[in-house]
Amino acid sequence: MFASHLQPNLSSGSVERVPTRFGYGEGLLEAGKRDERVVALCCDLTESTRTHLFAQAYPNRFVQVGIAEQNMASVASGMAAMGKIPFIASYAMFSPGRNWEQVRTTIAYNNSNVKVVGAHAGISVGPDGATHQAIEDIAIMRVIPNMVVITPADVHEARKATLAAAKYDGPIYLRLGRSETPVVTTPESPFEIGKAQLLYTRNTALDKKIGIIVTGSLLYNALMAAEELQKQGIGASVLHMATIKPFDGKAVQAFAAEHGALVTVEEHQITGGLGGAVAEHLAECCPTRIARVGVNDRFGESGEPDELIAYFGLDVPAIVAAAKRVVS
Amino acid sequence: MQYLTSEEIKALERKANSIRQSIIEMLTEAGSGHTAGPLGMADVFTLLYFGIMKHDPENPEWPERDRLVLSNGHICPVLYATLAHAGYFPVQELLTLRKLGSRLQGHPHRGTLPGIETSSGPLGSGISQAVGMALAERIDNPYSSKFFYCLTGDGELNEGQIWEALMLAGKEKLNNLVVIVDRNGIQIDGYTKDVMPLEPLTEKFESFGFDVQEVDGHNIRALNDAIGKAQSIYGQPSVIIAHTIASKGVDVFERDFRWHGNPPGKGPEDRVEKSKQAEVALQKLRSLAGTIKAQDID
Repeated sequence: MFASHLQPNLSSGSVERVPTRFGYGEGLLEAGKRDERVVALCCDLTESTRTHLFAQAYPNRFVQVGIAEQNMASVASGMAAMGKIPFIASYAMFSPGRNWEQVRTTIAYNNSNVKVVGAHAGISVGPDGATHQAIEDIAIMRVIPNMVVITPADVHEARKATLAAAKYDGPIYLRLGRSETPVVTTPESPFEIGKAQLLYTRNTALDKKIGIIVTGSLLYNALMAAEELQKQGIGASVLHMATIKPFDGKAVQAFAAEHGALVTVEEHQITGGLGGAVAEHLAECCPTRIARVGVNDRFGESGEPDELIAYFGLDVPAIVAAAKRVVS
Repeated sequence: MQYLTSEEIKALERKANSIRQSIIEMLTEAGSGHTAGPLGMADVFTLLYFGIMKHDPENPEWPERDRLVLSNGHICPVLYATLAHAGYFPVQELLTLRKLGSRLQGHPHRGTLPGIETSSGPLGSGISQAVGMALAERIDNPYSSKFFYCLTGDGELNEGQIWEALMLAGKEKLNNLVVIVDRNGIQIDGYTKDVMPLEPLTEKFESFGFDVQEVDGHNIRALNDAIGKAQSIYGQPSVIIAHTIASKGVDVFERDFRWHGNPPGKGPEDRVEKSKQAEVALQKLRSLAGTIKAQDID
């Protein structure tokens, strides 16, 4: 059963699709209106990261850094040291990909109030191919002390995450996608940094059961997989972890205890991301059978987003099959 | 620009000598760390903290202070010693350098030690941070009189990020930014002209939109004049190429790149044996009694 605050008629198969980066653009503009300390920096990708909305409204608080991601990260650190709240945006492959050390030392080690916004993450970037498909970014950001890691599921959540990031005092990584992502939540759906949310509750009348933990753009696929599993007689629940760090271990632990076996779903390498985080946590407290759905130690490829999601085994049938492998 | 009397210059030279002695003592106690850069930059740091910058050791977070970003973080012994002599923390604490639990980390860490504006060590990021600070200040107060000083090494100029930052500073015409380059001609693997030639350096900076001055980095009066001029430049960021002598003040260590990353007691032995390096260095400095003079700048 879907959580009551989600979009109505999700099971009908027709769903609106909007890129998560659009939510960032709106959220940044709103954050800028609410707090004049908010500044934005960009590396020659102002429109595709949707930073242009802020840049047009507040030209005095926007810095066009040029194609120089390392400089952007450290310039933002300097601005934060003077009391600003900088949002820095580029494609995830370049920021935090190329500028990882600057993010680590000048932002995280300084505990600077900088928000690193990585757009075009995941293989759903599409035709641009592997060079532009960041599928390692959660891993490299999750290991940095002080860093918060958020991967919003849709446009509404991206907007709320952006506003929450502006209010939070400290470094944050916000992961966004390029392609049109199913809109699952509503403007009224709750969002809180660090809090996992149960978005689909299994039918307890069914004996077999599986828990699906998902982050980011694949939320809709996870929900559809849960519907399908229930049709096939397996009770399935979906826990959405928009925040990967700080890790909501309590929620994951309870979810694991309730279901006995889990599937993790993410548009990222299966090592180091959500699957890795869940496995690390449960291995220490309560070993649980897990199947990880994600990219398995490969680079991406060119193709249309939906083709790639199917090709790399991140679609609904792949999640259903993974669930069946581990179902108790 | 503030004029310095001969008496004031002599006092600054004596202060720089005390700071050099502290550098030798702390490095010797630590048993690791960098000697050449800190000794070479003692005159620049002394002038900045005792003659130029607006700052308040009693109130390190004073919002109106000038900011100093040390980009080549490995020369932090000179920053630590200068801050201690200025009253930010007890001079005795310098002897905790690089020890477990110390506020004096091997490379600077903002948040533990008063007076440290940013963490640094991985080379190349300091000018970017100073540019960010200067930009933020301009948003808040376009007529601000705060200055943002970034100290960088010549070897560090190998880093690509430096030139990204210079490009942005030039584009934004940050006249509140003053970059000071420690042009001592050495880096870990040898002389800068061999590892990665930098010349023509002045022309490089000029082509990025900077006002450039070259100055003897041990001549307090010349340095004071250069910084004064940099402050008065309108519509352009400034760079001062400070020609310094690596390990300045201890003649038996001077100009030798092998002193880049070694403390007294672990340096090259061809002139002074290891066990006597610390004592010889201190004797040399005491005998100078604050009379370091500019000499033989290449």
